[in-house]
Amino acid sequence: MTNDAPLLNVENLWVRFSSRTGVSEAVRGISFTLGRERLGIVGESGSGKSMTGRAVLRLIRPPGMIEADRLEIHGEDVLGASEKRMRRLRGGRVSMIMQDPKFSLNPVMTVGQQLVEALRAHERVSKRDARKRALATLDEVAIRDPERVLNLYPHEVSGGMGQRIMIAMMLLPNPEILIADEPTSALDVSVQLQVLDIMDKLVRDRGMGLMFISHDLNLVAKFCDRIAIMYAGRIVETCKASELRNARHPYTLGLLNSVPDLEHPRERLEVLKRDPAWREAPSVSARQ
Amino acid sequence: MNAIDISNLDVWFGSGADRADAVRDVSFKVADGESFGLVGESGSGKSTILRAIAGLVPTWSGEMTVAGETLGVRRSKAFYRKVQMVFQDPYASLHPRQSVDRVLSETMGLHGVTDIDKRIGRLLDDVGLGPGFRFRYPHQLSGGQRQRVAIARGLACEPSILLLDEPTSALDVSVQGEILNLLTDLRQEHKLTYVMVSHDLGVVGHLCERIGVMKEGRFVEVLAVDEMRRLEAREPYTRHLLESSINSIR
Ligand SMILES: Nc1ncnc2c1ncn2[C@@H]1O[C@H](COP(=O)(O)OP(=O)(O)OP(=O)(O)O)[C@@H](O)[C@H]1O
Ligand SMILES: Nc1ncnc2c1ncn2[C@@H]1O[C@H](COP(=O)(O)OP(=O)(O)OP(=O)(O)O)[C@@H](O)[C@H]1O
Ligand SMILES: [Mg+2]
Ligand SMILES: [Mg+2]
Repeated sequence: MTNDAPLLNVENLWVRFSSRTGVSEAVRGISFTLGRERLGIVGESGSGKSMTGRAVLRLIRPPGMIEADRLEIHGEDVLGASEKRMRRLRGGRVSMIMQDPKFSLNPVMTVGQQLVEALRAHERVSKRDARKRALATLDEVAIRDPERVLNLYPHEVSGGMGQRIMIAMMLLPNPEILIADEPTSALDVSVQLQVLDIMDKLVRDRGMGLMFISHDLNLVAKFCDRIAIMYAGRIVETCKASELRNARHPYTLGLLNSVPDLEHPRERLEVLKRDPAWREAPSVSARQ
Repeated sequence: MNAIDISNLDVWFGSGADRADAVRDVSFKVADGESFGLVGESGSGKSTILRAIAGLVPTWSGEMTVAGETLGVRRSKAFYRKVQMVFQDPYASLHPRQSVDRVLSETMGLHGVTDIDKRIGRLLDDVGLGPGFRFRYPHQLSGGQRQRVAIARGLACEPSILLLDEPTSALDVSVQGEILNLLTDLRQEHKLTYVMVSHDLGVVGHLCERIGVMKEGRFVEVLAVDEMRRLEAREPYTRHLLESSINSIR
């Protein structure tokens, strides 16, 4: 392991699912690196964003198959690592916030028990201190009345609360890499900004690397340093977030045009006319 | 006539010292064919209102008249055909061992819809999923694809009232646009009534004529959509919500 290696180093990654009716390809040969930065992955529903995030932690269940010329976490080969080693990496140095927060929480444990357990699995702290830190993080993600929420079960919290609890849980062990899959999709703008601020601080102060998966192009443009735009399992365009306005790919442009705007109402929203050629264009590398 | 007439609705969970009041003294009416939006803070009780209407929370008081039925503890079978809900959390609301085909055909079978086979094809097309998804299971779908299956299920029995809880929160803007256009068309064809929760004011403003703003279980105000567009809110909380939404677009 070297220290100047990128946090994530991915070359020619494929994710395939085979079934009786044939093989479907969810990710089709993409390459990217993640440094101590905020990398945004955007793209339409079904374009392979979640599968990319999960593949990095080898979280694809059979019959899904991962293949890559290179898949490394901080210089360490992921595809060859033992299952035991992967369990240590997940939730320790690398955390992932899943797209379905309630599904990833344990339904029979209270929010408090889960937060305390998440922390104590990777760090030696007393139960009391763990509880204190759990309370503090819930407060940080703008949860009202955190004392009450600690004692709730996952089905008793609202959609946006569930999302923020997941975020709190993944941030507790101080990960080096955070893969956040649609972490704020259920939150209104003001809470969203608070939550993004917390992640931002970790990137700036502790040098965390953040892979931020979202379908929201505007949000990603505001929040990330670099953007990779996915379409049909490939990366079709990459750019600096600040230069999204100069994007060229027709798919990216189409997305920018279909946002409903409160102040400028339209009878009908523009929808994308997808060109079959977009599927066939080769993948663009997002390595740095 | 009013499709929905709710007055003094209180909803709570637990009892005694553990009691949490999720909805407090909420009243609103939604006319036939109208769309009413619910916005507000996370945890303010938006989903709870929809769940109470759908009969999923037993602990409530007040008066609710929905689709011509005065609601008590039980609801008639006809009620569940007329009133459908699309849940915020599609993963939890789809049975893991039921294929898309089964989810849709079972709902329709239950409510005596005929021509199920053809209708499934049509529904999947409508939500942009095509025939390739018909025999998949929930775990074989992406987040946004699951959300679209949940929308298709909500539409399957041609309800007259549709309760939509963040129906497009997992969708990118192009697919979101397709779904919003679909909802607009269906409303015109069938005079559907919608109650829609969304944290995206652009989405609510696109579909709804009036919007209730919630905070800590209460309605702080109800705005007409053009008041919202002109940013004419009376309450500071609503103004805060509008301003942060406008700033995020620019
Ligand atoms: N177990 C599976 N078997 C077959 N196909 C699958 C399976 N899981 C996912 N897929 C397909 O892989 C593709 C990519 O899925 P992925 O979850 O990565 O999409 P996504 O970009 O995250 O979309 P969303 O924004 O809707 O969450 C989708 O078309 C999905 O249907
Ligand atoms: N089964 C339950 N038991 C106890 N409390 C509950 C239960 N269901 C909901 N609550 C509480 O009721 C309040 C309102 O929840 P609700 O889901 O209606 O919020 P919401 O406005 O939909 O928020 P979001 O935008 O985050 O989805 C929350 O404080 C939540 O913890
Ligand atoms: Mg996804
Ligand atoms: Mg909700």
